Amino acid sequence: MPPEIESPILARGTTNKMSAASKPRPKYYELNLAHHWPPAVLSIFHRITGAALFFPILPLLLWMLQSTLDSESGYAKWRDLLANPVAKLAVVAAAWFYAHHFFAGIRYLLLDMHFWAGKPAARASALAVFALGAIAALAVAGCVW
Amino acid sequence: MVRHGYEKNPVGAHYGVGNWLVQRFSAVVMALYTLCAVPYILWRSPASYGQWKALFAGGFFRLATLLAIVAIIWHAWIGMRDILIDYLHGFALRLGAQVVVAVVLVFYLIWSFSILWGP
Repeated sequence: MPPEIESPILARGTTNKMSAASKPRPKYYELNLAHHWPPAVLSIFHRITGAALFFPILPLLLWMLQSTLDSESGYAKWRDLLANPVAKLAVVAAAWFYAHHFFAGIRYLLLDMHFWAGKPAARASALAVFALGAIAALAVAGCVW
Repeated sequence: MVRHGYEKNPVGAHYGVGNWLVQRFSAVVMALYTLCAVPYILWRSPASYGQWKALFAGGFFRLATLLAIVAIIWHAWIGMRDILIDYLHGFALRLGAQVVVAVVLVFYLIWSFSILWGP
């Protein structure tokens, strides 16, 4: 007999045994982010960062590209603005969002090709994505400060 | 069996697979652009308006940038559509949001083109 595995996916007080008697219904799932495994949190972050990149990060970048290329005064305006610590923090946050989305996306591409598809490997790679995103953000922070 | 003017495919329209593939190919285009453009910009390290302008004067860099932006916009459409389908329910609300996202993305595309090739 295989041991019964406690899984956070299943409702509290239930097991993954597929017997009708051990499945009280309705089930209430644990929806608190802190109780999810890293791949689930990563998936939610992939959506949040993706939506934020669509708006407002992409239009802000286009606006910056437009005014810095348009005129010398526009270039100077953005250079002065980006000297502001709050603006630097926004740049680091945007870079972190992009880096997280980038590494998480590469992880999905690898999973599609069946690399690290096992449960322990998928958890480890999800944690690695969080670490890489943070490292990239710190590297950008080091560049702007 | 009643036959109508068309036959409905019982296992779906299959455009999901196309979207899935576009999502991945556009991701690869963006990843390649990131891995090439970031070192290139760091190498050029434009420190003045003239150098910044010169960076974008290069035809190849401009073309690669536009290609990456097109990939971003297509990728964003599929991703935002997935998000809206999952979280917005009700025909009018979802369709309205999808139209807004589509219009915004077309606006981004035209804007990008005018930035890179404008006067």
